[in-house]
Amino acid sequence: MSLLALSPLRLFAAMPGNIAQGIIWGIMAVGVYMTFRLLNFADLTVDGSFTTGGATAVMLITGGVPAWAALLLAFLVGMVTGLATGLLHTKLGIPEILAGILTQIALYSINLRIMGGKANQVVSVDKYHLVVTMRKIPLAILSGGIICFAIICIMYWFFGTEIGSGIRATGCNPNMAKAQGINVGSMKVLTLALSNGLVALAGGLLAQYQGFADINMGRGSIVVGLAAVIIGETLGEAIFGRRLNFMGHLLFVAIGGVIYYIVIGFVLWLKMPANDLKLFTAIVVAIFLAVPYLQAKSRNSFAKAAKKGAE
Amino acid sequence: MANAPLMLELNHIRKTFNKGTINEKPALLGVTLKLNPGDFCTVIGGNGAGKSTCLNAIAGVWPVDGGSIIVDGENITGLPEYKRAEFLGRVFQDPMNGTAATMQIDENLALAARRGNRRGLGWGITKQEHEIYHEQLKTLELGLEDRMTQKVGLLSGGQRQALTLLMATLKKPKLLLLDEHTAALDPKTAEKVLHLTDEIVKRDSLTALMVTHNMRDAIRMGNRLIMMNEGRIVYEVSGEEKKHLQVSDLLEKFSDVSHGQFANDRMMLA
Repeated sequence: MSLLALSPLRLFAAMPGNIAQGIIWGIMAVGVYMTFRLLNFADLTVDGSFTTGGATAVMLITGGVPAWAALLLAFLVGMVTGLATGLLHTKLGIPEILAGILTQIALYSINLRIMGGKANQVVSVDKYHLVVTMRKIPLAILSGGIICFAIICIMYWFFGTEIGSGIRATGCNPNMAKAQGINVGSMKVLTLALSNGLVALAGGLLAQYQGFADINMGRGSIVVGLAAVIIGETLGEAIFGRRLNFMGHLLFVAIGGVIYYIVIGFVLWLKMPANDLKLFTAIVVAIFLAVPYLQAKSRNSFAKAAKKGAE
Repeated sequence: MANAPLMLELNHIRKTFNKGTINEKPALLGVTLKLNPGDFCTVIGGNGAGKSTCLNAIAGVWPVDGGSIIVDGENITGLPEYKRAEFLGRVFQDPMNGTAATMQIDENLALAARRGNRRGLGWGITKQEHEIYHEQLKTLELGLEDRMTQKVGLLSGGQRQALTLLMATLKKPKLLLLDEHTAALDPKTAEKVLHLTDEIVKRDSLTALMVTHNMRDAIRMGNRLIMMNEGRIVYEVSGEEKKHLQVSDLLEKFSDVSHGQFANDRMMLA
Protein backbone atom coordinates (compact mmCIF):
# COMPACT_ATOMS: atom_id res chain seq x y z
CA MET A 1 0.00 0.00 0.00
CA SER A 2 1.47 3.34 -0.91
CA LEU A 3 0.59 6.71 0.52
CA LEU A 4 -0.29 7.82 -2.98
CA ALA A 5 -3.23 5.48 -2.92
CA LEU A 6 -4.77 7.60 -0.16
CA SER A 7 -7.12 10.22 -1.41
CA PRO A 8 -6.90 13.57 0.38
CA LEU A 9 -10.36 14.29 -0.92
CA ARG A 10 -11.81 11.49 1.14
CA LEU A 11 -10.06 12.80 4.22
CA PHE A 12 -11.65 16.21 3.75
CA ALA A 13 -15.02 14.70 2.99
CA ALA A 14 -14.93 12.82 6.29
CA MET A 15 -13.84 15.84 8.35
CA PRO A 16 -17.24 17.48 8.99
CA GLY A 17 -18.64 14.20 10.28
CA ASN A 18 -15.66 13.76 12.57
CA ILE A 19 -16.12 17.29 13.88
CA ALA A 20 -19.82 16.71 14.60
CA GLN A 21 -19.06 13.48 16.49
CA GLY A 22 -16.15 15.18 18.20
CA ILE A 23 -18.43 17.88 19.58
CA ILE A 24 -20.74 15.26 21.06
CA TRP A 25 -17.77 13.51 22.66
CA GLY A 26 -16.61 16.93 23.80
CA ILE A 27 -19.77 17.26 25.88
CA MET A 28 -19.05 13.84 27.32
CA ALA A 29 -15.47 14.91 28.06
CA VAL A 30 -16.65 17.99 29.93
CA GLY A 31 -18.62 15.61 32.16
CA VAL A 32 -15.53 13.49 32.72
CA TYR A 33 -13.50 16.64 33.47
CA MET A 34 -15.89 17.38 36.32
CA THR A 35 -15.07 14.19 38.20
CA PHE A 36 -11.54 13.51 36.97
CA ARG A 37 -10.10 16.99 37.41
CA LEU A 38 -12.39 18.96 39.75
CA LEU A 39 -13.38 16.18 42.14
CA ASN A 40 -10.19 14.13 41.66
CA PHE A 41 -12.31 11.00 41.26
CA ALA A 42 -11.65 8.48 38.47
CA ASP A 43 -15.25 7.54 37.67
CA LEU A 44 -15.73 4.43 35.55
CA THR A 45 -19.52 4.67 35.65
CA VAL A 46 -19.44 6.59 32.37
CA ASP A 47 -18.93 3.50 30.18
CA GLY A 48 -22.37 2.42 31.37
CA SER A 49 -24.11 5.76 31.72
CA PHE A 50 -23.19 6.85 28.19
CA THR A 51 -25.11 3.87 26.84
CA THR A 52 -27.90 4.49 29.35
CA GLY A 53 -28.30 7.96 27.89
CA GLY A 54 -28.39 6.65 24.34
CA ALA A 55 -30.83 3.87 25.18
CA THR A 56 -33.12 6.15 27.18
CA ALA A 57 -33.22 8.80 24.46
CA VAL A 58 -33.93 6.34 21.64
CA MET A 59 -36.66 4.48 23.52
CA LEU A 60 -38.36 7.72 24.56
CA ILE A 61 -38.21 9.22 21.06
CA THR A 62 -39.60 6.07 19.43
CA GLY A 63 -42.22 6.11 22.19
CA GLY A 64 -43.38 9.53 21.03
CA VAL A 65 -41.48 11.90 23.33
CA PRO A 66 -39.96 14.95 21.58
CA ALA A 67 -36.23 14.54 21.01
CA TRP A 68 -35.23 17.53 23.16
CA ALA A 69 -37.33 16.28 26.08
CA ALA A 70 -35.84 12.82 25.64
CA LEU A 71 -32.39 14.39 26.00
CA LEU A 72 -33.37 16.11 29.25
CA LEU A 73 -34.77 12.84 30.60
CA ALA A 74 -31.59 11.05 29.53
CA PHE A 75 -29.70 13.64 31.58
CA LEU A 76 -31.86 12.88 34.64
CA VAL A 77 -31.51 9.11 34.25
CA GLY A 78 -27.76 9.63 33.90
CA MET A 79 -27.80 11.53 37.18
CA VAL A 80 -29.35 8.51 38.87
CA THR A 81 -26.48 6.30 37.66
CA GLY A 82 -23.97 8.78 39.14
CA LEU A 83 -26.00 8.85 42.33
CA ALA A 84 -25.66 5.05 42.55
CA THR A 85 -21.87 5.21 42.27
CA GLY A 86 -21.76 8.10 44.73
CA LEU A 87 -23.77 6.25 47.34
CA LEU A 88 -21.78 3.03 46.88
CA HIS A 89 -18.65 5.07 47.56
CA THR A 90 -19.74 7.45 50.32
CA LYS A 91 -22.35 5.41 52.18
CA LEU A 92 -21.01 1.87 51.74
CA GLY A 93 -17.31 2.68 51.74
CA ILE A 94 -16.54 1.02 48.40
CA PRO A 95 -13.35 2.40 46.79
CA GLU A 96 -14.06 4.84 43.97
CA ILE A 97 -12.81 2.77 41.02
CA LEU A 98 -14.68 -0.30 42.22
CA ALA A 99 -17.88 1.67 42.91
CA GLY A 100 -17.79 2.93 39.31
CA ILE A 101 -17.15 -0.55 37.91
CA LEU A 102 -20.03 -2.03 39.92
CA THR A 103 -22.48 0.55 38.61
CA GLN A 104 -21.12 0.13 35.10
CA ILE A 105 -21.65 -3.64 35.17
CA ALA A 106 -25.11 -3.27 36.67
CA LEU A 107 -25.96 -0.77 33.94
CA TYR A 108 -25.19 -3.34 31.23
CA SER A 109 -28.25 -5.33 32.35
CA ILE A 110 -30.29 -2.22 32.97
CA ASN A 111 -29.46 -0.79 29.55
CA LEU A 112 -30.62 -4.03 27.92
CA ARG A 113 -33.85 -3.76 29.83
CA ILE A 114 -34.29 -0.14 28.74
CA MET A 115 -33.87 -1.28 25.14
CA GLY A 116 -36.49 -3.97 25.60
CA GLY A 117 -33.99 -6.81 25.76
CA LYS A 118 -32.41 -5.97 22.39
CA ALA A 119 -28.74 -5.14 21.85
CA ASN A 120 -29.65 -2.22 19.62
CA GLN A 121 -32.58 -0.01 18.80
CA VAL A 122 -33.01 2.18 15.75
CA VAL A 123 -34.35 5.71 15.71
CA SER A 124 -34.86 6.84 12.13
CA VAL A 125 -34.56 10.48 11.21
CA ASP A 126 -37.21 9.83 8.54
CA LYS A 127 -39.79 9.08 11.18
CA TYR A 128 -38.80 11.38 14.04
CA HIS A 129 -37.62 14.90 14.47
CA LEU A 130 -34.11 14.58 15.94
CA VAL A 131 -31.84 17.17 17.57
CA VAL A 132 -28.79 16.02 15.59
CA THR A 133 -28.34 13.59 12.71
CA MET A 134 -25.51 12.51 10.45
CA ARG A 135 -27.76 13.13 7.46
CA LYS A 136 -27.45 16.86 8.05
CA ILE A 137 -23.91 17.25 9.29
CA PRO A 138 -23.54 21.06 9.10
CA LEU A 139 -26.73 21.42 11.11
CA ALA A 140 -25.50 18.78 13.57
CA ILE A 141 -22.27 20.74 14.06
CA LEU A 142 -24.29 23.90 14.67
CA SER A 143 -26.81 22.40 17.13
CA GLY A 144 -24.15 20.27 18.83
CA GLY A 145 -21.90 23.32 19.14
CA ILE A 146 -24.68 25.44 20.65
CA ILE A 147 -25.63 22.74 23.17
CA CYS A 148 -21.98 22.19 24.07
CA PHE A 149 -21.34 25.92 24.54
CA ALA A 150 -24.49 26.34 26.64
CA ILE A 151 -23.41 23.47 28.90
CA ILE A 152 -19.94 24.98 29.29
CA CYS A 153 -21.45 28.35 30.25
CA ILE A 154 -23.71 26.72 32.84
CA MET A 155 -20.75 24.78 34.25
CA TYR A 156 -18.64 27.94 34.39
CA TRP A 157 -21.39 29.61 36.39
CA PHE A 158 -22.04 26.59 38.61
CA PHE A 159 -18.43 26.09 39.67
CA GLY A 160 -18.27 29.75 40.65
CA THR A 161 -21.15 29.37 43.10
CA GLU A 162 -20.83 28.46 46.77
CA ILE A 163 -21.69 24.83 46.08
CA GLY A 164 -19.35 24.73 43.09
CA SER A 165 -16.50 26.15 45.18
CA GLY A 166 -17.30 23.54 47.81
CA ILE A 167 -16.91 20.81 45.19
CA ARG A 168 -13.57 22.20 44.05
CA ALA A 169 -12.33 22.39 47.64
CA THR A 170 -13.48 18.80 48.21
CA GLY A 171 -11.54 17.62 45.18
CA CYS A 172 -8.43 19.53 46.17
CA ASN A 173 -8.26 18.97 49.92
CA PRO A 174 -11.06 17.07 51.67
CA ASN A 175 -9.62 17.75 55.14
CA MET A 176 -9.67 21.46 54.52
CA ALA A 177 -13.17 21.22 53.07
CA LYS A 178 -14.48 19.48 56.19
CA ALA A 179 -12.80 22.03 58.43
CA GLN A 180 -14.66 24.73 56.48
CA GLY A 181 -17.96 22.98 57.11
CA ILE A 182 -18.36 21.38 53.68
CA ASN A 183 -20.16 18.05 53.57
CA VAL A 184 -17.59 16.18 51.52
CA GLY A 185 -19.79 13.13 50.96
CA SER A 186 -22.72 15.02 49.47
CA MET A 187 -20.40 17.09 47.30
CA LYS A 188 -19.01 13.87 45.80
CA VAL A 189 -22.46 12.40 45.21
CA LEU A 190 -23.71 15.61 43.62
CA THR A 191 -20.73 15.90 41.29
CA LEU A 192 -20.96 12.26 40.22
CA ALA A 193 -24.66 12.73 39.49
CA LEU A 194 -24.10 15.88 37.41
CA SER A 195 -21.14 14.37 35.58
CA ASN A 196 -23.01 11.22 34.61
CA GLY A 197 -26.01 13.32 33.66
CA LEU A 198 -23.85 15.10 31.09
CA VAL A 199 -22.33 11.83 29.91
CA ALA A 200 -25.81 10.36 29.40
CA LEU A 201 -26.90 13.48 27.55
CA ALA A 202 -23.93 13.06 25.23
CA GLY A 203 -24.93 9.41 24.79
CA GLY A 204 -28.44 10.55 23.87
CA LEU A 205 -27.01 12.93 21.30
CA LEU A 206 -24.72 10.31 19.77
CA ALA A 207 -27.57 7.81 19.47
CA GLN A 208 -29.62 10.40 17.57
CA TYR A 209 -26.65 11.38 15.43
CA GLN A 210 -25.91 7.81 14.33
CA GLY A 211 -29.58 6.82 14.28
CA PHE A 212 -29.42 4.00 16.80
CA ALA A 213 -28.49 3.05 20.35
CA ASP A 214 -26.26 0.06 20.88
CA ILE A 215 -25.48 -1.85 24.07
CA ASN A 216 -21.76 -1.40 23.40
CA MET A 217 -21.81 2.24 22.36
CA GLY A 218 -20.34 3.34 25.70
CA ARG A 219 -17.57 0.78 25.89
CA GLY A 220 -14.27 2.55 26.36
CA SER A 221 -15.92 5.95 26.54
CA ILE A 222 -14.02 6.78 29.75
CA VAL A 223 -10.81 6.50 27.76
CA VAL A 224 -12.16 8.70 24.96
CA GLY A 225 -13.28 11.22 27.59
CA LEU A 226 -9.88 11.19 29.27
CA ALA A 227 -8.19 11.51 25.90
CA ALA A 228 -10.26 14.60 25.16
CA VAL A 229 -9.55 16.11 28.60
CA ILE A 230 -5.83 15.53 28.33
CA ILE A 231 -5.42 16.53 24.68
CA GLY A 232 -7.52 19.65 25.23
CA GLU A 233 -5.70 20.73 28.38
CA THR A 234 -2.27 20.07 26.92
CA LEU A 235 -3.12 22.11 23.85
CA GLY A 236 -4.74 24.92 25.86
CA GLU A 237 -1.81 25.18 28.22
CA ALA A 238 0.64 25.12 25.33
CA ILE A 239 -1.13 28.09 23.75
CA PHE A 240 -2.18 30.14 26.77
CA GLY A 241 0.05 28.82 29.56
CA ARG A 242 -0.88 30.09 33.01
CA ARG A 243 -3.42 32.50 31.55
CA LEU A 244 -5.73 29.59 30.71
CA ASN A 245 -8.63 30.23 33.08
CA PHE A 246 -11.46 27.90 34.02
CA MET A 247 -13.60 28.85 31.02
CA GLY A 248 -10.59 28.20 28.81
CA HIS A 249 -10.10 24.80 30.39
CA LEU A 250 -13.70 23.80 29.71
CA LEU A 251 -13.59 25.05 26.12
CA PHE A 252 -10.34 23.25 25.43
CA VAL A 253 -11.65 20.01 26.91
CA ALA A 254 -14.54 20.15 24.44
CA ILE A 255 -12.09 21.07 21.66
CA GLY A 256 -10.04 18.07 22.80
CA GLY A 257 -13.01 15.87 21.87
CA VAL A 258 -13.09 17.36 18.39
CA ILE A 259 -9.34 16.96 17.93
CA TYR A 260 -9.57 13.38 19.08
CA TYR A 261 -12.13 12.60 16.39
CA ILE A 262 -10.15 14.42 13.74
CA VAL A 263 -7.15 12.28 14.66
CA ILE A 264 -9.32 9.18 14.54
CA GLY A 265 -10.57 10.22 11.12
CA PHE A 266 -6.99 10.68 10.04
CA VAL A 267 -5.75 7.28 11.19
CA LEU A 268 -8.79 5.60 9.65
CA TRP A 269 -7.97 7.41 6.44
CA LEU A 270 -4.46 5.97 6.75
CA LYS A 271 -6.27 2.62 6.55
CA MET A 272 -5.73 1.61 10.14
CA PRO A 273 -8.17 -1.26 10.80
CA ALA A 274 -11.14 0.07 12.80
CA ASN A 275 -10.73 -2.83 15.24
CA ASP A 276 -7.40 -1.40 16.35
CA LEU A 277 -8.88 1.98 17.28
CA LYS A 278 -9.26 1.22 20.96
CA LEU A 279 -5.67 0.06 21.20
CA PHE A 280 -4.61 3.24 19.46
CA THR A 281 -6.69 5.38 21.84
CA ALA A 282 -5.31 3.63 24.91
CA ILE A 283 -1.76 4.20 23.71
CA VAL A 284 -2.42 7.88 22.99
CA VAL A 285 -3.95 8.43 26.44
CA ALA A 286 -1.12 6.53 28.16
CA ILE A 287 1.44 8.72 26.38
CA PHE A 288 -0.35 11.96 27.27
CA LEU A 289 -0.72 10.87 30.91
CA ALA A 290 2.92 9.83 31.13
CA VAL A 291 4.48 12.93 29.55
CA PRO A 292 3.99 15.35 32.49
CA TYR A 293 5.30 12.69 34.87
CA LEU A 294 8.36 11.94 32.78
CA GLN A 295 9.05 15.65 32.26
CA ALA A 296 8.99 16.26 36.00
CA LYS A 297 11.18 13.24 36.53
CA SER A 298 13.80 14.29 34.03
CA ARG A 299 13.93 17.75 35.62
CA ASN A 300 14.35 16.16 39.00
CA SER A 301 16.19 12.89 38.60
CA PHE A 302 18.77 11.05 40.67
CA ALA A 303 20.93 10.51 37.61
CA LYS A 304 20.99 14.25 37.02
CA ALA A 305 21.77 14.91 40.67
CA ALA A 306 24.69 12.46 40.51
CA LYS A 307 26.03 14.16 37.39
CA LYS A 308 25.73 17.61 38.96
CA GLY A 309 27.39 16.37 42.13
CA ALA A 310 30.33 15.01 40.14
CA GLU A 311 30.98 18.31 38.38
CA MET B 1 -17.73 31.71 88.68
CA ALA B 2 -20.15 28.82 89.12
CA ASN B 3 -22.75 30.29 86.80
CA ALA B 4 -20.44 31.76 84.20
CA PRO B 5 -21.11 30.17 80.82
CA LEU B 6 -18.25 27.98 79.68
CA MET B 7 -16.98 28.15 76.12
CA LEU B 8 -15.69 24.58 76.10
CA GLU B 9 -16.55 21.70 78.36
CA LEU B 10 -14.93 18.30 77.94
CA ASN B 11 -16.43 15.73 80.29
CA HIS B 12 -14.54 12.46 80.73
CA ILE B 13 -13.65 12.05 77.06
CA ARG B 14 -12.49 8.54 76.23
CA LYS B 15 -11.12 7.13 72.99
CA THR B 16 -9.40 3.89 72.10
CA PHE B 17 -8.11 3.29 68.59
CA ASN B 18 -8.36 -0.11 66.86
CA LYS B 19 -10.43 -1.53 69.67
CA GLY B 20 -10.38 -5.31 69.91
CA THR B 21 -7.38 -5.70 67.61
CA ILE B 22 -3.76 -6.39 68.30
CA ASN B 23 -3.07 -2.70 67.60
CA GLU B 24 -5.47 -1.50 70.28
CA LYS B 25 -4.29 1.83 71.60
CA PRO B 26 -6.02 3.68 74.42
CA ALA B 27 -5.54 7.35 73.48
CA LEU B 28 -7.79 9.37 75.78
CA LEU B 29 -8.61 8.03 79.24
CA GLY B 30 -11.18 10.41 80.61
CA VAL B 31 -10.14 13.95 79.70
CA THR B 32 -12.03 16.69 81.50
CA LEU B 33 -11.36 20.32 80.70
CA LYS B 34 -13.34 23.52 81.06
CA LEU B 35 -12.45 26.72 79.25
CA ASN B 36 -14.00 30.10 80.02
CA PRO B 37 -14.65 32.54 77.21
CA GLY B 38 -11.37 34.22 76.31
CA ASP B 39 -9.18 31.48 77.78
CA PHE B 40 -6.07 30.76 75.73
CA CYS B 41 -4.83 27.38 76.87
CA THR B 42 -1.59 25.78 75.72
CA VAL B 43 -1.25 21.98 75.70
CA ILE B 44 2.05 20.18 76.18
CA GLY B 45 3.07 16.56 76.60
CA GLY B 46 5.32 13.90 75.14
CA ASN B 47 4.74 11.96 71.94
CA GLY B 48 1.56 9.93 72.18
CA ALA B 49 0.32 11.80 75.24
CA GLY B 50 -3.00 12.51 73.51
CA LYS B 51 -2.62 16.21 72.70
CA SER B 52 -3.56 16.08 69.03
CA THR B 53 -6.05 13.30 69.71
CA CYS B 54 -7.78 15.61 72.15
CA LEU B 55 -8.05 18.36 69.53
CA ASN B 56 -9.27 15.86 66.93
CA ALA B 57 -11.93 14.66 69.38
CA ILE B 58 -13.20 18.22 69.70
CA ALA B 59 -13.06 18.75 65.93
CA GLY B 60 -14.98 15.53 65.33
CA VAL B 61 -12.48 13.74 63.10
CA TRP B 62 -14.03 10.57 64.56
CA PRO B 63 -16.66 9.96 67.26
CA VAL B 64 -15.47 9.56 70.86
CA ASP B 65 -16.12 6.35 72.83
CA GLY B 66 -17.45 8.14 75.87
CA GLY B 67 -17.93 11.51 77.50
CA SER B 68 -19.43 14.72 76.20
CA ILE B 69 -18.16 17.75 74.31
CA ILE B 70 -20.05 20.99 74.94
CA VAL B 71 -19.24 24.20 73.10
CA ASP B 72 -20.87 27.37 74.40
CA GLY B 73 -23.69 25.41 75.98
CA GLU B 74 -24.37 23.25 72.94
CA ASN B 75 -23.66 19.54 73.10
CA ILE B 76 -21.78 18.70 69.88
CA THR B 77 -20.70 15.14 70.80
CA GLY B 78 -22.98 13.63 68.13
CA LEU B 79 -22.26 16.08 65.31
CA PRO B 80 -20.11 15.08 62.32
CA GLU B 81 -16.94 17.03 61.57
CA TYR B 82 -18.40 19.29 58.89
CA LYS B 83 -21.26 20.38 61.14
CA ARG B 84 -18.97 21.19 64.04
CA ALA B 85 -16.94 23.41 61.74
CA GLU B 86 -19.53 26.11 62.37
CA PHE B 87 -18.10 26.58 65.88
CA LEU B 88 -14.42 25.84 65.27
CA GLY B 89 -11.48 27.49 63.63
CA ARG B 90 -8.64 25.05 62.93
CA VAL B 91 -4.99 25.31 61.98
CA PHE B 92 -3.11 22.07 61.37
CA GLN B 93 0.50 21.06 61.82
CA ASP B 94 1.00 20.43 58.10
CA PRO B 95 0.79 23.73 56.21
CA MET B 96 -0.56 21.79 53.20
CA ASN B 97 -3.57 20.68 55.20
CA GLY B 98 -5.41 23.90 55.92
CA THR B 99 -5.81 25.34 52.44
CA ALA B 100 -6.88 24.24 48.96
CA ALA B 101 -3.70 24.48 46.86
CA THR B 102 -5.33 24.57 43.44
CA MET B 103 -7.68 27.40 44.41
CA GLN B 104 -6.88 31.10 44.58
CA ILE B 105 -6.05 32.92 47.81
CA ASP B 106 -9.31 34.90 47.69
CA GLU B 107 -11.30 31.74 46.91
CA ASN B 108 -9.84 30.03 49.98
CA LEU B 109 -10.84 32.98 52.13
CA ALA B 110 -14.33 32.98 50.65
CA LEU B 111 -14.71 29.29 51.53
CA ALA B 112 -13.68 30.07 55.11
CA ALA B 113 -16.02 33.06 55.33
CA ARG B 114 -18.93 30.70 54.66
CA ARG B 115 -17.98 28.24 57.39
CA GLY B 116 -21.20 27.24 59.13
CA ASN B 117 -23.45 28.85 56.50
CA ARG B 118 -25.70 26.90 54.18
CA ARG B 119 -24.00 26.88 50.80
CA GLY B 120 -26.27 27.62 47.89
CA LEU B 121 -26.13 28.88 44.34
CA GLY B 122 -25.03 32.39 45.25
CA TRP B 123 -21.61 33.47 44.04
CA GLY B 124 -18.73 31.69 45.73
CA ILE B 125 -17.06 35.08 46.14
CA THR B 126 -18.44 38.59 45.66
CA LYS B 127 -16.83 41.93 44.77
CA GLN B 128 -17.39 43.40 48.25
CA GLU B 129 -15.75 40.37 49.84
CA HIS B 130 -12.72 40.94 47.68
CA GLU B 131 -12.16 44.35 49.28
CA ILE B 132 -12.62 42.99 52.79
CA TYR B 133 -10.09 40.23 52.15
CA HIS B 134 -7.66 42.75 50.74
CA GLU B 135 -7.73 44.64 54.05
CA GLN B 136 -7.57 41.45 56.11
CA LEU B 137 -4.57 40.12 54.18
CA LYS B 138 -2.75 43.41 54.75
CA THR B 139 -2.76 42.72 58.49
CA LEU B 140 -0.60 39.62 57.85
CA GLU B 141 2.12 41.90 56.42
CA LEU B 142 3.20 39.24 53.93
CA GLY B 143 2.22 41.10 50.77
CA LEU B 144 -0.48 38.49 50.04
CA GLU B 145 -3.02 41.28 49.42
CA ASP B 146 -1.34 41.88 46.06
CA ARG B 147 -1.45 38.20 45.11
CA MET B 148 -5.09 37.44 45.84
CA THR B 149 -5.84 35.73 42.54
CA GLN B 150 -2.79 33.48 42.73
CA LYS B 151 -3.13 29.82 43.58
CA VAL B 152 -2.36 28.99 47.21
CA GLY B 153 -0.04 26.22 46.01
CA LEU B 154 2.49 28.92 45.09
CA LEU B 155 2.82 30.11 48.70
CA SER B 156 5.50 29.03 51.17
CA GLY B 157 4.65 26.95 54.24
CA GLY B 158 4.74 29.98 56.53
CA GLN B 159 2.55 32.01 54.20
CA ARG B 160 0.07 29.16 53.97
CA GLN B 161 -0.01 28.80 57.73
CA ALA B 162 -0.63 32.53 58.19
CA LEU B 163 -3.39 32.35 55.60
CA THR B 164 -4.93 29.34 57.35
CA LEU B 165 -4.87 31.27 60.61
CA LEU B 166 -6.66 34.15 58.95
CA MET B 167 -9.18 31.71 57.44
CA ALA B 168 -9.78 30.07 60.82
CA THR B 169 -10.60 33.41 62.41
CA LEU B 170 -12.23 35.21 59.48
CA LYS B 171 -15.56 34.22 60.89
CA LYS B 172 -15.12 34.42 64.66
CA PRO B 173 -14.98 30.83 65.94
CA LYS B 174 -16.25 29.89 69.38
CA LEU B 175 -13.06 27.92 69.76
CA LEU B 176 -9.75 28.13 67.91
CA LEU B 177 -7.86 24.82 67.67
CA LEU B 178 -4.15 25.12 66.91
CA ASP B 179 -2.49 21.74 66.46
CA GLU B 180 1.28 22.37 66.57
CA HIS B 181 0.71 24.90 63.85
CA THR B 182 4.28 26.20 63.91
CA ALA B 183 6.07 22.85 64.25
CA ALA B 184 6.73 22.48 60.52
CA LEU B 185 8.07 26.03 60.07
CA ASP B 186 11.59 27.41 60.37
CA PRO B 187 12.25 29.25 63.67
CA LYS B 188 11.90 32.73 62.23
CA THR B 189 8.67 32.01 60.41
CA ALA B 190 7.35 30.11 63.43
CA GLU B 191 7.98 33.16 65.56
CA LYS B 192 6.10 35.34 63.12
CA VAL B 193 3.10 33.00 62.97
CA LEU B 194 3.05 32.76 66.79
CA HIS B 195 3.12 36.53 67.08
CA LEU B 196 0.25 36.72 64.62
CA THR B 197 -1.65 34.09 66.59
CA ASP B 198 -1.27 36.07 69.80
CA GLU B 199 -2.36 39.26 68.07
CA ILE B 200 -5.50 37.74 66.53
CA VAL B 201 -6.52 35.88 69.69
CA LYS B 202 -6.21 39.09 71.72
CA ARG B 203 -7.85 41.32 69.11
CA ASP B 204 -10.93 39.11 68.79
CA SER B 205 -10.79 37.85 72.41
CA LEU B 206 -10.93 34.27 71.14
CA THR B 207 -11.03 31.11 73.20
CA ALA B 208 -8.18 28.92 72.02
CA LEU B 209 -6.43 25.59 72.55
CA MET B 210 -2.86 25.41 71.28
CA VAL B 211 -0.87 22.19 71.18
CA THR B 212 2.87 22.77 71.11
CA HIS B 213 6.11 20.90 71.55
CA ASN B 214 7.92 24.03 72.57
CA MET B 215 7.77 24.62 76.33
CA ARG B 216 8.88 28.22 76.11
CA ASP B 217 6.01 28.95 73.75
CA ALA B 218 3.64 27.07 76.03
CA ILE B 219 4.65 29.24 78.96
CA ARG B 220 4.68 32.65 77.30
CA MET B 221 1.52 32.21 75.22
CA GLY B 222 -1.97 32.29 76.72
CA ASN B 223 -3.31 32.39 80.26
CA ARG B 224 -3.58 28.67 80.94
CA LEU B 225 -1.45 25.59 80.40
CA ILE B 226 -2.21 21.90 80.63
CA MET B 227 0.18 18.98 80.48
CA MET B 228 -0.96 15.63 79.15
CA ASN B 229 0.51 12.19 79.65
CA GLU B 230 -0.81 8.82 78.52
CA GLY B 231 -4.24 10.09 77.67
CA ARG B 232 -4.81 12.16 80.77
CA ILE B 233 -4.39 15.76 81.87
CA VAL B 234 -1.75 15.46 84.57
CA TYR B 235 -1.01 19.09 85.37
CA GLU B 236 -2.86 22.37 85.07
CA VAL B 237 -1.69 25.87 85.75
CA SER B 238 -3.14 29.30 85.06
CA GLY B 239 -2.96 33.01 85.73
CA GLU B 240 -0.13 34.46 87.85
CA GLU B 241 1.28 31.06 88.62
CA LYS B 242 1.67 30.31 84.94
CA LYS B 243 3.42 33.63 84.30
CA HIS B 244 6.15 32.72 86.75
CA LEU B 245 6.59 29.22 85.44
CA GLN B 246 10.06 28.21 84.20
CA VAL B 247 10.95 25.61 81.60
CA SER B 248 12.83 23.78 84.36
CA ASP B 249 9.63 23.58 86.44
CA LEU B 250 7.84 21.95 83.54
CA LEU B 251 10.67 19.52 82.88
CA GLU B 252 10.61 18.47 86.50
CA LYS B 253 6.88 18.00 86.33
CA PHE B 254 7.33 15.97 83.17
CA SER B 255 9.77 13.54 84.64
CA ASP B 256 7.59 13.26 87.74
CA VAL B 257 4.53 12.14 85.83
CA SER B 258 6.34 10.02 83.30
CA HIS B 259 8.64 8.38 85.84
CA GLY B 260 11.79 9.58 84.17
CA GLN B 261 10.88 8.21 80.78
CA PHE B 262 10.48 11.74 79.59
CA ALA B 263 14.09 12.71 80.18
CA ASN B 264 14.86 11.35 76.72
CA ASP B 265 12.80 14.07 75.11
CA ARG B 266 14.43 16.74 77.22
CA MET B 267 16.77 18.15 74.65
CA MET B 268 14.06 18.56 72.08
CA LEU B 269 11.73 20.31 74.44
CA ALA B 270 14.10 22.71 76.16
